Amino acid sequence: MAVTRHADAVAPVRSSGPFSIWMSRHASTSVGALGRLARHPLSSLMIILVIAVTLALPAAINLVVKNAQAISGGWDNALDFSVFLKQEMSESDAAGLGRLIEQRADVASVQFISATQALGEFKEQSGFGAALDQLPDNPLPHTLIVRPSASNTSASMVLLQEELTNLPETEHVQVDTEWVQRFHAILDIVRQAIAIGAALLAIAIIVVIGNTIRLDIENRRDEIEVTKLIGATNAFVRRPFLWTGFWYGLFGGLLALALVYYGLYLLQGPVARLAGLYQSEVAIASMTAGEAGAIVGIGVFLGLFGSWFTAARHMRRIEPR
Amino acid sequence: MIQLENVTKRFPGGQEAVSGLSLSIDKGEMAFVTGHSGAGKSTLLRLIALIERPTGGQVIVDGQNTRRVKRRRIPAYRRQIGMVFQDHKLLYDRPVFDNVALPLIIAGVGHRDAGRRVRAALDQVGLLHKEKRSPETLSAGEQQRVGIARAIVTRPKLLIADEPTGNLDPDLSLEVMRIFRRFNEVGVTLLIASHDIALIDKLGCRRIALADGRLQAPEEEEVDEWL
Repeated sequence: MAVTRHADAVAPVRSSGPFSIWMSRHASTSVGALGRLARHPLSSLMIILVIAVTLALPAAINLVVKNAQAISGGWDNALDFSVFLKQEMSESDAAGLGRLIEQRADVASVQFISATQALGEFKEQSGFGAALDQLPDNPLPHTLIVRPSASNTSASMVLLQEELTNLPETEHVQVDTEWVQRFHAILDIVRQAIAIGAALLAIAIIVVIGNTIRLDIENRRDEIEVTKLIGATNAFVRRPFLWTGFWYGLFGGLLALALVYYGLYLLQGPVARLAGLYQSEVAIASMTAGEAGAIVGIGVFLGLFGSWFTAARHMRRIEPR
Repeated sequence: MIQLENVTKRFPGGQEAVSGLSLSIDKGEMAFVTGHSGAGKSTLLRLIALIERPTGGQVIVDGQNTRRVKRRRIPAYRRQIGMVFQDHKLLYDRPVFDNVALPLIIAGVGHRDAGRRVRAALDQVGLLHKEKRSPETLSAGEQQRVGIARAIVTRPKLLIADEPTGNLDPDLSLEVMRIFRRFNEVGVTLLIASHDIALIDKLGCRRIALADGRLQAPEEEEVDEWL
């Protein structure tokens, strides 16, 4: 039990290389927090699962909407305008107008259906043939079926529709894309609902993590008091709890990704079968790397925020007595 | 090292733990605070450690007026002082080594340097061979020595101890006091609260007697002992 020399005994505490020490301190604290989670695997897993499901839910619904939009997006421009022309127009004028419209850049093709043709089709299909024969004049107008070119945006589609309507020869324009637009409006509402729901779920995650951290802090109250008594700052005692929150968020986010990908995997077979029935090659759009990263990132952020919020509030209150 | 000027600590209930106390402890001194429980010994040490703030008067430690130490600066202030407690206040979820290393980790001392200092501190209290043990497996006397090692590992100029031998038998108490004595010999100022007057007399150190939060003349105290 040798006593150190005088000068040595009273030498002040010196820190060497603040950054590397800061780094190694964080490294050991993070590993320590991880160890704590591993020591209570079941309860840790429960919390991670709650976070994962809460993150996976909006992510999955978002994916469904994204796919619905991708599929229906193709319908937008494939559908045609039926331009009914004024009764008094002659057949040749109507056909000429059709050719004129066809030259527009935003129009792919124009099909001309004369009044006579239309009446003939109607007679065949409706079964009112005899009755229609009694009419003195053909009540049907000449019609142009305008197919917009694929390069149209929804804005230029509206413009095209307006211009067709405003032609002096036009009686009426019927848009067959209206229901697609309604469908898109519904998808937009669903999108909004997801955003609202996701915000609520984010709060739920913060509460879950906050509550877990609060219990953790209560359990380690003595330890916190002792460390504060020997000179630890609030930041120092807070650090392990922030790391705990970080790990919860990270593992929750990763598990959420796994859940979503597993769901996609389960749906792949049925979707392929459906696509086969329609003889199309529709495949499910998966998450982009950015979206996948965002889920994990949001998990980590919520974990850190939840634990920081709770730890900051409780640390101040725990003072040595 | 420590100056108290007319210090009063009144608790919200109105009772005064320390009343108009003035005293001075020099650098390099080893002094004991004695008195019955409730005499104000612990409060005095808690005022020095800034666990409590005085309601009146001034406490000056190593030239710093504690009144001017802001709440945010308390941790840095405490790191200058070594503290030993009657109940050791060890962390039982980690081995002896980690307990002693804690003040160094808080202070941001590098890994290798910390290891060296922890072993030096454990060596000084004679527990070098038990660094990997859990504190729970140690005797009360050994636990207290771990507490002392933790208090001196940062090499503070001032060490305060609240009833460090309160739970120990006379032999172990003497052993602990000898350790304190050795720190004093290398220049550490010590202020120790204790009620073990026989032991203090054996060491021949200065005695500050407190009663009802005030200084008491030694003769009065002797009489008090017999009553």
